[in-house]
Amino acid sequence: MNIRELETKANNIREDIIKMLLAAKSGHSAGPLGMADVFTALYFGGVLKYDPKNPQMESRDRFVLSCGHICPVWYATLAHAGFFPVKELGTLRKLGTRLQGHPHHTELPGAENTSGPLGQGLSQAAAMAYALLKMKKEPSRVFCVMSDGEQEEGQIWEAAEFAAKYKLRNLVGLIDRNNIQIDGYTEDVMPLEPFADKWRAYGWHVLEVDGHNIQAVIDACNEAKAIYEKPTVIICHTIPGKGVDFMEYSYEWHGKPPGPEEAAKALNELRTLGGKITSEHQ
Amino acid sequence: MTVKLSDKLFKKDLEQVPIRSGFGEGMMILGKENPKVIALCCDLTDSTKLGDFAKTYPDRYVEVGVAEQNLAGLGAGFAHEGFIPFITSYATFSPGRNWDQIRVSICYSQNNVKVIGSHAGISVGPDGATHQAMEDIAITRVLPNMTVLVPCDAIEARKATIAAAKLNGPVYIRLAREKTAQFTTDATPFEIGKAYVYREGRDVTIAAAGPQVYYALQAANALKKEKIDCEVINVASVKPLDVETLVASVKKTQAIVTAEEHQVTGGVGSAVAEALARNFPVPQEFVGMPDHFGESGEQSELIAKWGMDSKAIINAVKKVLKRKSQK
Repeated sequence: MNIRELETKANNIREDIIKMLLAAKSGHSAGPLGMADVFTALYFGGVLKYDPKNPQMESRDRFVLSCGHICPVWYATLAHAGFFPVKELGTLRKLGTRLQGHPHHTELPGAENTSGPLGQGLSQAAAMAYALLKMKKEPSRVFCVMSDGEQEEGQIWEAAEFAAKYKLRNLVGLIDRNNIQIDGYTEDVMPLEPFADKWRAYGWHVLEVDGHNIQAVIDACNEAKAIYEKPTVIICHTIPGKGVDFMEYSYEWHGKPPGPEEAAKALNELRTLGGKITSEHQ
Repeated sequence: MTVKLSDKLFKKDLEQVPIRSGFGEGMMILGKENPKVIALCCDLTDSTKLGDFAKTYPDRYVEVGVAEQNLAGLGAGFAHEGFIPFITSYATFSPGRNWDQIRVSICYSQNNVKVIGSHAGISVGPDGATHQAMEDIAITRVLPNMTVLVPCDAIEARKATIAAAKLNGPVYIRLAREKTAQFTTDATPFEIGKAYVYREGRDVTIAAAGPQVYYALQAANALKKEKIDCEVINVASVKPLDVETLVASVKKTQAIVTAEEHQVTGGVGSAVAEALARNFPVPQEFVGMPDHFGESGEQSELIAKWGMDSKAIINAVKKVLKRKSQK
């Protein structure tokens, strides 16, 4: 896919996120919308190696979602990638679904881990990277998406030390730096800055990108391949609620879904790219 | 049918071996047998008896540092890659400190991780209450998908370690630090999900796990002189519990005492009570920690003061027999 096609894909994923949340009547809006470009870069920009027909393929790259609450973007991406039917997205959070409110990987093709309680993903990703690099001697890489509020959990830093000690060069962390969490802006709730310096001090190679520049995310993931002696963390600066004007930058949208009118407004905005397209969507 | 125990059962020269040593031996056997078995440890390699494994199989040994939450998460990740990780620390720290990681990353995720909690129980002694895990059975057995094993001596710990590796799923094994009577033999049976009658009797059942199994046998031996005939059952497999064996025993004896080095709330006694309440309720007395934190002291002083030794079991037997006679 070229960049234009990738942007369209990200937009389609955003539309599905809105529809899923509307049908579910609960769930998180801001994070999933904000990370749609990063997920598109990973799954459709040639970064991740995967086969939806053979989700357990040994040579696949591992993708670990640590901040389980943004799972609508993961589910939508996995469906678009062919791991399960797109129409299954409508079952999010409903009784009997494979799309649990927070992801449960044993039931979900394409998912490597279960998450929800914050801070648990990086440890699992680090062990996968250790096992692949030092024990199985496989070239697969491990990607772990985390949220920024999640960085307040101590376990993240335990795992960060571990990955640096064992020079897990096949491990890439991607952090959704959208500056919001449930109670407010991260720097008001519990300041993270100087954030990049902290990761550097823990022995990681640190990259910072515009998380809505799909090419920049792809380039950063490629650059991480060239870092031999350290794990890499990519701080993805994103706008929470990206693509839906009334949700952007607002921490109030961290943990709630749109109602019917809000969803209609959001979908119209996404379909017209903020009013730039004036065609059948009017 | 009772099982074969040591010929020196009540002799002075009965060997005394730390239960955790059996885990170390089991790991050496597994190291040789199964290349998928790996060990992780939090800065406690020698005291959890992993020293030999670490030296012999350095490529399958991972030092994690003092980071038990990460330990549990790493275990999950290694299991996801097809390994059989044994994650080891003191029971107060794992499953104590990292319970949420064990719950979500291991149990809910159905990751094949073996959680080894050493230095459990009040018998860890002088280190004091902070290091005396008295709640670990409760917090592990409540977790879906988890198997909970409490071996009674080093030989049984070795068998439990090997059995845990063969079972595909999360297992918690509780180990004690101090030297403990080694009264079972290589020939004594052990199977996950089975309880074994170590002594047959008619008047009362004593169901125990860990070092308290030996104390139960001592109590039964002493009570024989008072013409009280105790049946002693080792419930090393706390989960799954062998309900059939327990029910068969209490149908005969009509009374039960449970004994463990753990809070009376939520431990072995509770597991037995839950099973009997559903199937065949009889008067039950609980030997264990009476909803209290421990303190510094020697092993023998502590189990005597807090009522988890053979004397406490004898008293509980008499109490439960009185209740039985009043029924």
